[in-house]
Amino acid sequence: MKTPFKEILASDRFIVTAEIGPPKSTDLHEMTEHIDLLKDRVDGLNVTDNQSSVMRYPSLGTCIIIKERGGEPILQMTCRDRNRMALESDLLFAYSRGIRNVLVLTGDAVAVGDHKEAKAVFDLDSVQFIKMIRSMEAGRDLGGNELKGEFSFCVGAIVTPEADPIEPQLLKFKKKLAAGAEFIQTQAIYDLDKFKRFMDIARGFKYQAKILAGIVLLTSAGMAKYMNENVPGVMVPQGFIDELKSAQKDDRLKKGIEIASRLIRTIREGKLCDGVHIMAIGKEDVVPKILEESGL
Amino acid sequence: MKTITKEKEFAEIEKRIKDARNIYIIGCGTCATLCKTGGKGEVLKMKEKLQNLGKKVTGWMVVPTACDILTKEAVEAEAETIKAADLILVMTCGFGVQRVADHAGKLVVPALDTLFIGKEDEVQTEFSQVCAQCGECVLGLTAGICPITSCHKGLINGPCGGTNRGKCEVDKEKDCAWTLIYNRLKELNRLDLMEECQSPKNYQKVLKPGKASFKQ
Ligand code: SF4
Ligand code: SF4
Repeated sequence: MKTPFKEILASDRFIVTAEIGPPKSTDLHEMTEHIDLLKDRVDGLNVTDNQSSVMRYPSLGTCIIIKERGGEPILQMTCRDRNRMALESDLLFAYSRGIRNVLVLTGDAVAVGDHKEAKAVFDLDSVQFIKMIRSMEAGRDLGGNELKGEFSFCVGAIVTPEADPIEPQLLKFKKKLAAGAEFIQTQAIYDLDKFKRFMDIARGFKYQAKILAGIVLLTSAGMAKYMNENVPGVMVPQGFIDELKSAQKDDRLKKGIEIASRLIRTIREGKLCDGVHIMAIGKEDVVPKILEESGL
Repeated sequence: MKTITKEKEFAEIEKRIKDARNIYIIGCGTCATLCKTGGKGEVLKMKEKLQNLGKKVTGWMVVPTACDILTKEAVEAEAETIKAADLILVMTCGFGVQRVADHAGKLVVPALDTLFIGKEDEVQTEFSQVCAQCGECVLGLTAGICPITSCHKGLINGPCGGTNRGKCEVDKEKDCAWTLIYNRLKELNRLDLMEECQSPKNYQKVLKPGKASFKQ
């Protein structure tokens, strides 16, 4: 049996999580292969929830598959597609199937995805969502009704350390911590000096949580440039872009792996934060290689 | 404050009036005139378009304020020409369309889409929503900037992770509401208001759908 993620969080070890992105399909072959490849190599496997507002196989269903295969799932839940009732009942279901970790997010706007005409929900926001889980643990649903049976989750949230401007983001971050977030997985970071400054601020907050730095695998200079232009709060420094550019076409992925591993090693050796969350976005099969090169 | 409307695609209107041969047109002298969607000019243009389709326009009028109770009298005064029509094409907001429908005893077809209650800029070319009548006003916490209408996700506890250089994730041209709120609260030295954790909104207070009336 895998060690529960909550116990890992309580320990002193460097924490490693990775991300699984479900397909827009009922053919789960490749995803299942990725799960099997990673489940014993990391402390927890996040499953994205209709990521980028693109409809796919559900996070909850994937978490059950991870659980069945002996992994430790981290259920990502956004506020975009479900109102408070649907979120609550999905959590009851998740708990009954042995899922114990949930990562709470606001969710991307519907307009950026592939169902642009859909109604966005956002009945709750991420802060209210965390509080709702804590209230359910105390035996009350959000309608104020008694909830029977055991219910307990290890709750995480996200933050964007390079959001521009950062101040409003930090205020929201503080609220997530105060609401009871136990772990934080950050948006992709590349500039470790900037990240260090962010961590100094975060370490000064009243409420604390384990913080895992988000590592997104770069696969080409084009991808890095695309992220700089289109992904809010992500800034790949020119140095990395140049490195990727200078690599031969066939070696670019290798270069990306090298950059990710270098980041992870520096974070770990410099004790910049408590762990890393690796997002390989479609290249999950190379995560073991990243772990190896990082000395994990 | 104005009700902001937008002309429907003509193909949609065409579909709705397909079976009608005789049509009466009503515009509005207030908001729809300001939006240039249902004033005299637009009504006359519509008349021409309908005639080009081979329809007969039995009559038309621009009532002063379509949502007002006086519309009843205007409709009654035009009873003859309205009676001669198969339907009324109403170039007003949804309120005006309902007003006409209540008193005309004819099928109505809206020619406009009603978008929101909003304000106009100085040159009256751009309209923006200012209040969505959420039933639980939070302007006291946000230094007077409405997060329900100006934040794309209607968030009340601070920004999402989509803020990009102070702009909203869905529109690089549009300011992120929570950057604006933060800046104004900071100026007023009241950032503490943003630190307060806001409970989920009570959607029972939104008097819709189906029970949108209220007795003082
Ligand atoms: S908070 Fe609600 S009531 Fe207040 S301005 Fe915004 S939409 Fe209107
Ligand atoms: S970027 Fe700002 S305005 Fe846009 S949805 Fe997020 S918080 Fe709201």
